[in-house]
Amino acid sequence: MSVLASAVFNLNHPAHTVDWEFIHLSVANVVVIGLMLIVFLLAILLPFPGAARRAAARRGEGS
Amino acid sequence: MSAASPPTAPSSKSWTVRTRERVVEALPPEKLLPDGQPTYVASWIYVFGVASIAALIVIVASGSILALKGPAWWHYTGVGHFFNSIHLWGVELFFFVMVVHLWGKFWMAAWRGGRARVWITGAITFLVAVPTALPGYVSQQNFDAQWIATQAKDGINAVGVGAFFNVTNFGQMYSWHVLLLPVAVVLLVGAHVLLVRRHGVVPPFTIDDRKAALASSSAAAASPAPPDGSSSPPTSTGTRS
Repeated sequence: MSVLASAVFNLNHPAHTVDWEFIHLSVANVVVIGLMLIVFLLAILLPFPGAARRAAARRGEGS
Repeated sequence: MSAASPPTAPSSKSWTVRTRERVVEALPPEKLLPDGQPTYVASWIYVFGVASIAALIVIVASGSILALKGPAWWHYTGVGHFFNSIHLWGVELFFFVMVVHLWGKFWMAAWRGGRARVWITGAITFLVAVPTALPGYVSQQNFDAQWIATQAKDGINAVGVGAFFNVTNFGQMYSWHVLLLPVAVVLLVGAHVLLVRRHGVVPPFTIDDRKAALASSSAAAASPAPPDGSSSPPTSTGTRS
């Protein structure tokens, strides 16, 4: 299993980094930050299941 | 003793009665355990708070098993590796969803409407969770732990807390990681959740309120000043949402 994992992820090298001025980040951390930003945007943009139905029901009760 | 005798009235001097009355007044049962939430809560951005709590439960449960079984188990057995990984990835997920939760609440200005303490307890929880994780990495009992400890010691010493937060001292780091800091995180999360229950989930900004506020301030700026030069009384800028 460990042989298989090492075939997929070769970790036998120094970490790859992103350097910009004083900012020094590993690529792994940059990927995680990017994923967080994507998830944040999707959470705002994607409709929540049943949200429209609940809002319509609430408006129906109010009228 | 007669079964029909009325119960004695509780003394108002009793600290238990005073505490109970204050607790029920602050958090009546229908607020503590509500059966519904406002319509605006039906959004994915409101999911990340409870996702953080779910991850925290997984972390505490898997961490308790690791603490009971010990380093030889988590390093040299298949099940130990599994729970070690569950604990690690639970932490990764905890920080991931907590940061998204923090971003969402920051851009909602979640401290509005008397919710300052809700925001503050959440922010402090994040700040305490970071040093809760660090002694976990240095308590692994392997070369990775030694590397992280020797890398972290200079930073810890530079901020002046190395005397009582010595990252090269396994016993001390293990105590911080499995007891002192997790208790602080759980208490802060508990306070945070109770405050959310008390004040309710922050509503989204409403565009109509912002339009009314802008129209009101524009009208006030356009109105001519009184002839005697005195300033007019301040006008309302609309409901702060």
